[in-house]
Amino acid sequence: MTSVKLSEIRDLLNATVQVGDDKLNTSVSACCAGDLMSDILRGATQGTVLVTGLNNIQVIRTAVIVGVAAVILVREKLPDETLVAHARKHGLPLLSTPCTMFSACGRLYEKGLRGVEKQVYRSGLRKGITGNP
Amino acid sequence: MPDLERRFTIRANDFVNAGEVSLEIQSILKHIGFNPALIRRISVCAYESEMNVVMHGGDGEALLKVSPNSVTLVFTDQGKGIKDIELAFKPGYSTANLKHREMGFGAGMGLPNIKESADSIEIHSEEGHGTTLNIGFELEGDFG
Ligand SMILES: Nc1ncnc2c1ncn2[C@@H]1O[C@H](COP(=O)(O)OP(=O)(O)O)[C@@H](O)[C@H]1O
Ligand SMILES: [Mg+2]
Repeated sequence: MTSVKLSEIRDLLNATVQVGDDKLNTSVSACCAGDLMSDILRGATQGTVLVTGLNNIQVIRTAVIVGVAAVILVREKLPDETLVAHARKHGLPLLSTPCTMFSACGRLYEKGLRGVEKQVYRSGLRKGITGNP
Repeated sequence: MPDLERRFTIRANDFVNAGEVSLEIQSILKHIGFNPALIRRISVCAYESEMNVVMHGGDGEALLKVSPNSVTLVFTDQGKGIKDIELAFKPGYSTANLKHREMGFGAGMGLPNIKESADSIEIHSEEGHGTTLNIGFELEGDFG
């Protein structure tokens, strides 16, 4: 499984680090993306980055609840003070990229990150999801 | 392990704090030392339930109960209640408004997700009298 450091992701996406300069050595191997927090709450998220166009405090709370390694805001969206404060409080790295959702995900996929379809999460196990989607 | 019982207040339409109760519950569970997969399941159920109380319910509370063999969450609100419970659990059914959708919610997947993630759920609701959602998780060597 490919593992990619947050510092590499920052460079790949020309991203600015809004929170978590000290955590750029963290490695991830998967990615989940979307603006619908309900969807993010249903999938696997272990060792993933969350790519989203939603610039809102619930993104930070969702990210902490499911335990993603970092959040990347697309389309050059900048988090406000509240978002930054919450991300900092929870030690959650928060990046902002000028890429669109499509381009950000494309670049991350090219780099070797994959979707979370295969990850072992209880609901997945129950449904018996195995193999390559 | 000692039994634990904690109550938290939740306010209707308080979108500034919506989710903070669940984050606190998550931090208590982490402190106890449950395994990450279990903590994730419980946290997701707590968060979906808390958002439902804030968005659709009314003023209410969350109760976290940890006993040797189980973890229980009870969300109670004095809101408008649910008219058709079967319909509410139907994937995709939602009465969420624009404000809820702007926050990334309102896909009608909350209750189905809770049902899927929990070991047991029990819901009591009466139109005009609020809702009680009881969510249970069994413990089977879930520490560490
Ligand atoms: N505590 C509650 N009080 C009143 N209605 C509720 C409550 N929880 C859920 N509902 C109703 O059930 C529907 C489905 O809930 P859910 O599956 O969580 O989806 P969503 O929150 O995205 O609408 C809600 O849209 C709402 O109409
Ligand atoms: Mg909901």
